Amino acid sequence: MNIDLEQFHGVFFEESGEHIDTMEHLLMELDPDQPDPEQIDSVFRAAHSIKGGSGTFGFKALTDVTHVMENLLDQVRKQERAITRPMIDLFLEVLDTLRNLLTCYRSGDAIDEDQVASVTAILEAALAEEKTSPNVKNAQPEPEEDDAFGFFEPLPEPEGAEDKSQPDEAYGFFHDPLQPDDASPEPAAVVPLKKSSPKPVASPESSTIRVDTDKVDALINLVGELVITQSMLKVLGSEPDNIDAMKMSTVLGELERNTREIQESVMSIRMIPVSFVFNRFPRVVRDLAKKMEKEVELILTGTQTELDKGLIEKLVDPLTHLVRNSIDHGIESPDVRKASGKSEQGKITIAASQRGGNILISISDDGAGLNRNSIIAKARQNGLDISDDAPDAEVWNLIFQPGFSTAAVVTDVSGRGVGMDVVRRNIQQLGGRIEISSIEKVGSTFTIQLPLTLAIVDGMGVSVGGQIFIIPLVSIIESMQPPRQNLKQLGGSSLLHVREEYWPLLALHEVMDTEPKFTDPTQGIVVLIETSKKRYGLLVDELVGQQQVVIKSLEQHYRRVPGTAGATIMGDGSVAMILDVESLADTVQAPLEESA
Amino acid sequence: MNTNKQDAGNDEAKVTRTDVQEYLTFSLGDEQYALDIMSVKEIRGYEAVTRIANAPDFIKGVINLRGDIVPIVDLRIKFQVGEARYDEFTIVIVIQIHERMVGIVVDGVSDVISLSREERRPPPEFGVGFDSRFLVGLAKLEDQMVILVNIEALVTSEELCLLDRSEEITDGTV
Repeated sequence: MNIDLEQFHGVFFEESGEHIDTMEHLLMELDPDQPDPEQIDSVFRAAHSIKGGSGTFGFKALTDVTHVMENLLDQVRKQERAITRPMIDLFLEVLDTLRNLLTCYRSGDAIDEDQVASVTAILEAALAEEKTSPNVKNAQPEPEEDDAFGFFEPLPEPEGAEDKSQPDEAYGFFHDPLQPDDASPEPAAVVPLKKSSPKPVASPESSTIRVDTDKVDALINLVGELVITQSMLKVLGSEPDNIDAMKMSTVLGELERNTREIQESVMSIRMIPVSFVFNRFPRVVRDLAKKMEKEVELILTGTQTELDKGLIEKLVDPLTHLVRNSIDHGIESPDVRKASGKSEQGKITIAASQRGGNILISISDDGAGLNRNSIIAKARQNGLDISDDAPDAEVWNLIFQPGFSTAAVVTDVSGRGVGMDVVRRNIQQLGGRIEISSIEKVGSTFTIQLPLTLAIVDGMGVSVGGQIFIIPLVSIIESMQPPRQNLKQLGGSSLLHVREEYWPLLALHEVMDTEPKFTDPTQGIVVLIETSKKRYGLLVDELVGQQQVVIKSLEQHYRRVPGTAGATIMGDGSVAMILDVESLADTVQAPLEESA
Repeated sequence: MNTNKQDAGNDEAKVTRTDVQEYLTFSLGDEQYALDIMSVKEIRGYEAVTRIANAPDFIKGVINLRGDIVPIVDLRIKFQVGEARYDEFTIVIVIQIHERMVGIVVDGVSDVISLSREERRPPPEFGVGFDSRFLVGLAKLEDQMVILVNIEALVTSEELCLLDRSEEITDGTV
């Protein structure tokens, strides 16, 4: 019997995880002053689903906890009990416990029975606060009857779990179910919950994926079309002596479009919106802000930006770390903020956007900003050599050094100096980079740039010295053969004057160490490139043409090649390098910057 | 139970199994070399490669091996044996070690030989193009000496520049 059920375990874990996320999300949104019955219903249903599922599979600890939780929620749902802020806190902690339990069951670890017992006890205590016995829960909340009940029986607790605030509680409930929490201090919140989250949860990377049926349907349609195209080609090919060239090229065009669409469609299956990571942050921010006694408003934007599932899972830790950092080090305490003329409530913005072949995720706060002097001092203390007038970017990068922390007080939130180096390493492992910009007293922004790996890139093929390179189309502004009078020499580097702007020139043959056909820009082609840092012109021999390319890893069997973002396979089976225009930008000498 | 006897029997079987190994012999210039056949993925003719900028000269470039981008190393250049000619007889042995593949250019592939432990002799300290770190030993085959190469040590060595250096080194820019 167990064997039969085990095949469904994966689905149950996946679904329960989602239910927990949903509940968390709903609870975070829930306004205790004006609870939306729909939302409470949804929370109840989610808890009920987990209870049902776990019962079926015999995950007893889950069933026990969700059962009590469900009872409490049921009362709230039937407006027998008002939802209060402490109660929401309690539920959120219960969710942490549920998550731990789920992880334990998933990985087959031992269940922390103490934790289960303590959570259940606290929930039961909360449940017991109300004098209505469990069977009354089924009754409709009829005010008169309830009132009578409440008044005539001065809250004798059959279970004997007397709590000091019961009269208040009763008052709050019976007269105004929507009473704000000040009227009903929830004893549950007073009882210290046995810590439920610190268990090191080895984030289980799920190997399954839930795909929108629309995406699957689209793929099925495309495959259907492919089958039709194939049969058309078969008919055409059955008479090799008498091929209709026109028709052939139409069908081949069809096949090309078809293949491209299927490719895109297959790729999109792995893409999920970043909201999968972002949605956990309201909770993180709320808990931390409370702990640090700071007021923080969190703004999420671009949550629908899609990113590869693998990347998203690996982003959780570095992003969480950065958000924690922003709250701990960035946002000042309300007093300090007030004193410096800011609103007491700090603001953290997490934004995602797609820029060409890259995903940009930024975490900004309007806090204190990085302190240049203390970073430099700390660096020297750690034996790093840094001059006083080093550019800001260089100073900020110091915080990515191992063992670097300038936090005055080491808290359990951050400040131990383990972290930023790990954050950067994690992001580099994903093929991305992280940059910091910060202004003292105004705030800091951490920008993570990630490539859309696995993705297909629209590229422009260019040739230099008989070799073909691919430039990502998104970074190209235009290509031209510049007239002589637009070329200037300045401090040993060439500049190209295009529409009131000077573009530094970079000769691709010099970077790639090949013999070019042309060294003179007026004979070759200059491709104007814009990156996040710089704009420059890239001198190549000629343009080969635009095409979509699949990024292949060079590191899999070889190593990173400077100046390239990977390789791809051309139509003839040969390998072409894809240029990394961002890192090429670093090699561009920009005389303008110095003279400006 | 008789465990002792059983153990002894197992040991014996193990010895004989690992004792004889099969090697693929290949030539670099006038010298005969051999490598463990288990690491050979395939043998193919030399074809045009895509050059990699600023790579050492013995790294000829990369090829597309059914969708994988595989580097090609010319050992003749690396160890200065023979002459680096590329013609229709030039052979590439594709080696797979763990998940990584690399193609090595050789002058020719000769045979698969089985060598028992007695036939394998310790490597000489000098006299061959290879660094002795990359050698397992020598074997005599008919009238010729065959040099047994430790291909895994070779392709993972820093000298061949096939692997990324450790993070610390590449990151030490600040």
